[in-house]
Amino acid sequence: MSNAGVKVKNRPNLSVNIGGIHMKNPVATASGTFGYGPEYAPYIDLNRLGAIVVKGTTLEPRAGNPAPRLVETPAGILNSIGLQNPGVDRFIEEYLPYLAGYDLPVIVNIAGDTVEHYAILAGKLDRAHGVSGIEVNISCPNVKKGGMQFGSDPVMAAEVTRAVKGNTEKPVIVKLSPNVTSIVAVAKKVAEAGADALSMINTLLGMAIDIKTRRPVLGNVMGGLAGPSVRPVAVRAVWQVYREVDLPIIGMGGIMAAGDALEFVLAGAAAVAVGSANFVNPCATMDVLEGIEKYMIENEIQDISELVGAAQRFSL
Amino acid sequence: MDAGIVKQQEVAEGYFRLTVFAPAVAVAAKPGQFLHMRCGDTLDPLLRRPISIHAVNRDKGEVALLYKVVGKGTALLAQKGKGDQVNLLGPLGKGFTLPERNEKVCVVAGGIGIAPLFCLLQELTARNHSAAVFLGAATGSQLLCAGEMERCGHIVHIATDDGSAGFPGTVTGLFEKTITPGSSSVDRVYACGPRRMLKRLCEIIRLEGIPGEVSVEERMGCGVGACLSCACKTRGEGNGVAYKRVCMEGPVFPVGEVVWE
Ligand SMILES: Cc1cc2nc3c(=O)[nH]c(=O)nc-3n(C[C@H](O)[C@H](O)[C@H](O)COP(=O)(O)OP(=O)(O)OC[C@H]3O[C@@H](n4cnc5c(N)ncnc54)[C@H](O)[C@@H]3O)c2cc1C
Ligand SMILES: Cc1cc2nc3c(=O)[nH]c(=O)nc-3n(C[C@H](O)[C@H](O)[C@H](O)COP(=O)(O)O)c2cc1C
Ligand code: FES
Repeated sequence: MSNAGVKVKNRPNLSVNIGGIHMKNPVATASGTFGYGPEYAPYIDLNRLGAIVVKGTTLEPRAGNPAPRLVETPAGILNSIGLQNPGVDRFIEEYLPYLAGYDLPVIVNIAGDTVEHYAILAGKLDRAHGVSGIEVNISCPNVKKGGMQFGSDPVMAAEVTRAVKGNTEKPVIVKLSPNVTSIVAVAKKVAEAGADALSMINTLLGMAIDIKTRRPVLGNVMGGLAGPSVRPVAVRAVWQVYREVDLPIIGMGGIMAAGDALEFVLAGAAAVAVGSANFVNPCATMDVLEGIEKYMIENEIQDISELVGAAQRFSL
Repeated sequence: MDAGIVKQQEVAEGYFRLTVFAPAVAVAAKPGQFLHMRCGDTLDPLLRRPISIHAVNRDKGEVALLYKVVGKGTALLAQKGKGDQVNLLGPLGKGFTLPERNEKVCVVAGGIGIAPLFCLLQELTARNHSAAVFLGAATGSQLLCAGEMERCGHIVHIATDDGSAGFPGTVTGLFEKTITPGSSSVDRVYACGPRRMLKRLCEIIRLEGIPGEVSVEERMGCGVGACLSCACKTRGEGNGVAYKRVCMEGPVFPVGEVVWE
């Protein structure tokens, strides 16, 4: 019970439920920025993560895009990895077992060229041991077919969602693209189609040109922008969707520290994911987690849910 | 982790040698590995910068880096001085495979490419193994470490693009001219430098059938194998190509493995 003026003695409750996935705290990793787990095990105790979201997985193995795949922009990172991954079968056989040694929800990010691909991927992961949920990437700007195309059309986004839901009992999180006219319109359709949760945002389509060589820097010409420079766009997207759609949201985009994560929570995110910040500080997830807890203690917040969407009452 | 700066010197115009106190790194470091350095606390530049381990002093717990200022990150690093702290990850990546004791070793360095190779030469010196070093630079004042390598008993051949010292021309040109084709004057080659130089060198030594290793560069995000930014095109199984991570499977690759474009 929270009585005004009474100091919180117990540690605050940070646990959250994201569409059926129980997370011991609201801090997850963003797909594609944290590999499959072992890469960061020398730096942090993976068991302390709220959840791990692994690299985007496709039906067949993908070689990825030509180099350079990454370029830094002011307070941002432009990437065009192109979904390099070993394919779902090898992922299940070779990468997934490692995470079984840990006590944390494993969320698998999937991407397909066709609606059918998404359905097959969902089926395979539904049968795989150790998968807690599926994050449907309908928003990757770095592949020719599928990807963002599905994310920018509300009807297609809904179709993909239904196909995935039809093939799995596991919680389905749909990851939204900011590269749309109305992210709310897509979110609504995806919710109607049965999504259990939403994550947002994926990267913003962008590019950089080298004035010395007079050519695009990235091997794939265009790429996805992430990092602190996108944060205001991401917070806005969470804010808008929270008002209109009744699904838990995993917020991400430029979270470098606890204060950034709290902005997302106050806008309406029930959980957050840390992406590019891991590159700068391999302990970023833990720093964010500890900072949130400290904020809650200092502000006498007993349960993180008290903060979710708390800034919305100031909406005009 | 944070490491204290012991010394920072400008060894040639725009080239710096930075020594940090990092005993854990000094103990673990292998020639060819790198450190992922945070150059400042800014959001721009945001990412870490990979810099090779240049020299190691295990007794003192010190690690030295040699770098060239080319942009924002390296410029920030160059502003630091004795007593300042610098945040680093490492040692990272896979280093050079050391040669057999009796092998005739050639080391080919273009410009700042000498940075990781010097660490290899340091290791060879410790094993009383002397190497033939081919050192190239744009101009004489940018020839780094030549005296130190000679003092350690290595034979140094010099090339400069402007002809201000040694052979006038490229270091690969000098290498090609110096080694006797078809003979067994070289058993193993180690190289680092600009991509064009490495490409040409690999053509030469593959023709001669000499095994070797090259250290390559690619832009990095995480430095720990998680983001797949640092892809280097390599020959995969069969005739296929596969992208390998410079930060994990590299930065050192066998000569025949890299696909140069
Ligand atoms: C494994 C590894 C080891 C390295 N070791 C050393 C070393 O010992 N000493 C040293 O001086 N440098 C080394 N480098 C290169 C060094 O990382 C870059 O020079 C540095 O990141 C540039 O940062 P900056 O912020 O100063 O330049 P930026 O402002 O980022 O860029 C300046 C210019 O350099 C180009 N550039 C930047 N990074 C790279 C890259 N990785 N590959 C190709 N072009 C690039 C940019 O396109 C731009 O034109 C190494 C790189 C790798 C991958
Ligand atoms: C190098 C890199 C690779 C990524 N790969 C994926 C991916 O495979 N699937 C996906 O849904 N999102 C991917 N993303 C997007 C991130 O998960 C995240 O949505 C985005 O980076 C914004 O968060 P950030 O600003 O904290 O990085 C990738 C981002 C980066 C920087
Ligand atoms: S830099 Fe991230 S995988 Fe190599």
